[in-house]
Amino acid sequence: MTRVSSGTAGRRLLDDGRRARAMSWVMAVMLFLTVLAAALGLGTISAAAGLDRQLAGRLTVQLLDADDAAVARLVDRLRASPGVSAAAAVPREEMAELLRPWLGDAGLDADLPMPVMIDVDLASGSDAVASDVTSRIRSLAPAARVDRNARWLAPVRSFIVSLAWLAGGIVLLMALATSAIVLLAARAGLDTHRDTIDVLHMLGSTDVQVSRLFQRRIALDTLIGGAIGTVFALATVALIGSRVATLDSALVGGFGLDVGDWTILAALPIAFALLATLAARIAVVGALRRVL
Amino acid sequence: MGLTGAGMANIVQFENVGLRYGTGPETLSDVSFTLATGAFYFLTGASGAGKTSLLKLLYLAQRPTRGIIRLFGEDAVTLPRARLPGFRRRIGVVFQDFRLIPHLSAADNIALPLRVSGVSEDDAEAPVREMLAWVGLSDRANAKPPTLSGGEQQRIAIARAVIGRPEMLVADEPTGNVDPDMAERLLHLFESLNRLGTTVVVATHDFQLLNRISNAHMMRIEGGRLSDPTGSLRHPPPSP
Repeated sequence: MTRVSSGTAGRRLLDDGRRARAMSWVMAVMLFLTVLAAALGLGTISAAAGLDRQLAGRLTVQLLDADDAAVARLVDRLRASPGVSAAAAVPREEMAELLRPWLGDAGLDADLPMPVMIDVDLASGSDAVASDVTSRIRSLAPAARVDRNARWLAPVRSFIVSLAWLAGGIVLLMALATSAIVLLAARAGLDTHRDTIDVLHMLGSTDVQVSRLFQRRIALDTLIGGAIGTVFALATVALIGSRVATLDSALVGGFGLDVGDWTILAALPIAFALLATLAARIAVVGALRRVL
Repeated sequence: MGLTGAGMANIVQFENVGLRYGTGPETLSDVSFTLATGAFYFLTGASGAGKTSLLKLLYLAQRPTRGIIRLFGEDAVTLPRARLPGFRRRIGVVFQDFRLIPHLSAADNIALPLRVSGVSEDDAEAPVREMLAWVGLSDRANAKPPTLSGGEQQRIAIARAVIGRPEMLVADEPTGNVDPDMAERLLHLFESLNRLGTTVVVATHDFQLLNRISNAHMMRIEGGRLSDPTGSLRHPPPSP
């Protein structure tokens, strides 16, 4: 038997297709910008973590006048020291390569006096460990110059962390702006559908039932628009990522996203749909409480 | 004062009720009456006399400015807002302007009270078909209200009002847009509902209708005051 009443009637009680499409496009733009900002934030967090992991927990020891045996002895004693996870002298060929931009092939000349560099990886990046190991190096080789990489990396790290905070702030602002848009849309919807809502109230609808109509519509608009905006944003992020990879820069290359980051970005439309649902409920129930 | 007979409970009780919109003059003043459960009432009066305002108080679309209203044995004036939906589901309303939802089909409009009450689609199907047949519009189930005539819209509005088997039906000028034959048919629909135990209140200024229902009571409102609060008047008055 053909049904006389439609099961979708509840979903169609608010009939405003054009308004819904406009809302979806607004949400697409909001999510596009939000995902880009979030990607920047996650990328900078990743870069900061990479800096901490790779450089901040490292010391460079410079010996101006030392023979190979003395260097090997120092390296062995450093490896055996507490707080040191690895120690290795930088090979002369590698040093020459680093100096090639300034000295050219002259850097390969065996007679050219060149300081010896020892990379020391610390077990942790804490100040206490770095200080202990530095003291030990000075006791073993008083003429050694010890550079803690974290010191010259501090401004870079600070800049990267600032970028992360900025991105987080932008995401927060976008969430607030989305909530404000939903509040305005819900209030406009209440005005548009005043007659329908009055009828529903007179038939015994509760505020929560009426609110659900708006919640469902706004959540759907946010989800559809958000998904479109997110797809474009993720494609943009992937494109930028591929360009960054071609730069072959250790510093910029740290701005990578792992699987967890991509998952967070892909989940943003769902998070915003939930936020929009909550905002719609607050707006509608709040407004309905003012009428009988 | 009142119509309550022995053993008959009052479904509605008004005591010195007044209603004022904003800072204007009182639309209703010192209205006192009782409605007996299961009885049939006509509310008459000229346009602007206060019929619709009185009905709004009955179906809880307005709270009075003063006075006492008891509905289903409870104080309706101080009733918490959260309890209004439960009370409204016990009252069927036929609005003067129908208030059908234009983008829903006739069947979906009729089904609305059931959906509001949480009745499933499967369980709503049979009552909706029954109501469509009851008002003679089975063949117009999928028509949208703008494509229906005034009389058809009115019948859909009546079907929507009674599908939830309300304890009280309030109808504001339900025969205002139909020809005399249809008016009589609609009135018989109300009468058959009344026989099932529903208290019916019909506001009308159509004096031809008033004596069509046996045992119906008549209340007349003039200038916001009930001139016949006992509802014992007949039109024309019964012969001695």
